[in-house]
Amino acid sequence: MSYGLLIDTTRCVGCRGCQVACKQWNGLPGEATHFQAARTNPPDLTANTWSLVSFREVAVSDSRVAWRFVKRQCMHCEEPACASVCPVAALRKTAEGPVIYDSKRCIGCRYCMTACPFGIPKYQWDSATPLIAKCTMCADRLAAGEQPACAKACITGALKFGERDALLAEGRKRIIARPDRYVDHIFGEHEVGGTAMLYLYDVAFAGLGFPVDLPLYPLPQQTWMVMSKVPVIAGSMAAIMSLAYFFTRRQRGLDAEKARRASGQAAVVAPADPALQADGPADKEASA
Amino acid sequence: MNTTSRRTLLGFELTPRTTAAILIAAAILVLGLYASIVRFFVGLGASTNLTDQAPWGLWIGFDVMSGVALAAGGFVIAGTVHIFHLKRYEPLLRPAILTAFLGYLLVIVGLLFDLGQPWRIWHALIYWNIHSVLFEVAWCVMLYSMVLALEFAPVVFERLRFERPRRILRTVTIPLIILGITLSTMHQSSLGSMFLIFPEKLGALWYTPILPLLFFVSAVMVGLAMVTVESLLSARLMGREAHMDLLDSVARATAVALVLYFVLKLADVTLRGAWSTLLPLRGDRVAWLAELSLTVVLPALLLASRRVRASWSGLLLSQGLVVLGVVANRMNLAVLGLVSAAGGSYFPGWMEFAVTLALLTAGVVGFALAAKHLPVFEGHEEPGLT
Repeated sequence: MSYGLLIDTTRCVGCRGCQVACKQWNGLPGEATHFQAARTNPPDLTANTWSLVSFREVAVSDSRVAWRFVKRQCMHCEEPACASVCPVAALRKTAEGPVIYDSKRCIGCRYCMTACPFGIPKYQWDSATPLIAKCTMCADRLAAGEQPACAKACITGALKFGERDALLAEGRKRIIARPDRYVDHIFGEHEVGGTAMLYLYDVAFAGLGFPVDLPLYPLPQQTWMVMSKVPVIAGSMAAIMSLAYFFTRRQRGLDAEKARRASGQAAVVAPADPALQADGPADKEASA
Repeated sequence: MNTTSRRTLLGFELTPRTTAAILIAAAILVLGLYASIVRFFVGLGASTNLTDQAPWGLWIGFDVMSGVALAAGGFVIAGTVHIFHLKRYEPLLRPAILTAFLGYLLVIVGLLFDLGQPWRIWHALIYWNIHSVLFEVAWCVMLYSMVLALEFAPVVFERLRFERPRRILRTVTIPLIILGITLSTMHQSSLGSMFLIFPEKLGALWYTPILPLLFFVSAVMVGLAMVTVESLLSARLMGREAHMDLLDSVARATAVALVLYFVLKLADVTLRGAWSTLLPLRGDRVAWLAELSLTVVLPALLLASRRVRASWSGLLLSQGLVVLGVVANRMNLAVLGLVSAAGGSYFPGWMEFAVTLALLTAGVVGFALAAKHLPVFEGHEEPGLT
């Protein structure tokens, strides 16, 4: 049973209740904020802000711009790149949906940060013992039969928690009911193989601030194509080198013998000759 | 030595030139030490310019990614001498193994600086993820470092006259070297596979399924280039003649590897139909062109000339370009490519440079000390042997 969130951006009013609820439940400290042109505050996700309402000013017609509010957090991919690259399996996709992080395993290589197609994992740069930090889909609340803190706090119904399949059906139902309103696309249904977070929207996709042109296949399959062949490559290399060793050693022995014959010396040694003891001092004395 | 009233330090005679070199090295190491203290007691934020948009910087791009490639000379020359029985390259073997061994040590130390939790570096031993390329790289680097230690150990045993362990090691030389080549093939190419998880981040010029192959071929060519650069410089510094005849052959091999690399790159971009992504010219595309023309085509042309191959400075320049090119390639992928994809900006801070320079200095000092006190250069050159 895999859970997720249906995030209907057409219903979000930008109250940031989810953002605050996330901080409260996860005990995350506040951040010093300041006025800036873009009203998203703080401007980006950080190690202390796992959920953030992004304020987007988007063109809704040729002459009109309007606000859209896009909640950002870990997308909890069905096949997460972060978990596939982690050398110590500190990140893991659970059967319930959340991609969770075992901080006790983490060595701090930050490969998950570079691999994530959504730029979600953040780092505790100011700590001498830093860890990765990101949204957990409130895996601890899920285990207790509760919905994530953000969904619980949402007052407009922009966040709906449930089973992913049911949420997809619900999303399609909303699109069919209001085709004039919604764009016919559930972001997260297929992107990078699908995510637990599913977005509905009513403006041009580029306005939402997500990466455009994401592959529709799971990213880990790109590395697995090669990783699955490593044993074969390694075995072949070892075999080729062993063959090369025996072949060139034999060749060298034959060459040495030929040279001796050409220089008129009697072949004092049998064909299975000194080169067989290659690398040893005996070999050197013989060839000297 | 004191009887001749000459002052020495660790076997090095203190002339004005060596004294200056030692002072410069000491100054770099002191700066590096300061940066290390900030790094380990305050954190990565205080000591580096890394951010959430630029999680990998100089230490990963240069110290680790480039470091592993530059140390590839060890497995290439070991294979040449012991597996392919091209015994005339034997004078290059011990310096190459030493360079590789020191190189891997520095890679590991550099990694300890970069990892957020360096004291957990051993976690890959107990927490497995066979889907992670980095997991495989970690195992290979660890095992290959041990192999290199064993490949270099006979030099130490020879100096200490430990005959028995030396003889025991000799019986496993060939399996050890085959293991070293296998491990190197795996992790040199896998460093390229690490970038396969970034299809949407790296441009079409850079991102290709043959990245592992490109990384392996470029490791071989830069391994040869580093062996040459190290031979030329150490010969000059120690007042010896460089093995110009051998380096001439190494240069030909480098040129062949460069041509192979060039053909692979061209064929790959052509077959994937990615040439159209070269325009409009942007930073990373200019970098791609510059890398290919200045550090692949140019050195290949230079090394094709007999006059260049016969000259100390000609060889140093052209093989130096190869080294520069592979470093640029790793930095372009691991740092520039990913940082620009994340919409960030990054330039290393002075403490990052200080640590990197200190590691390089430690490597040079380590090499000089080993060359002074161990039979690195004279070991196998007993008179009467070819």
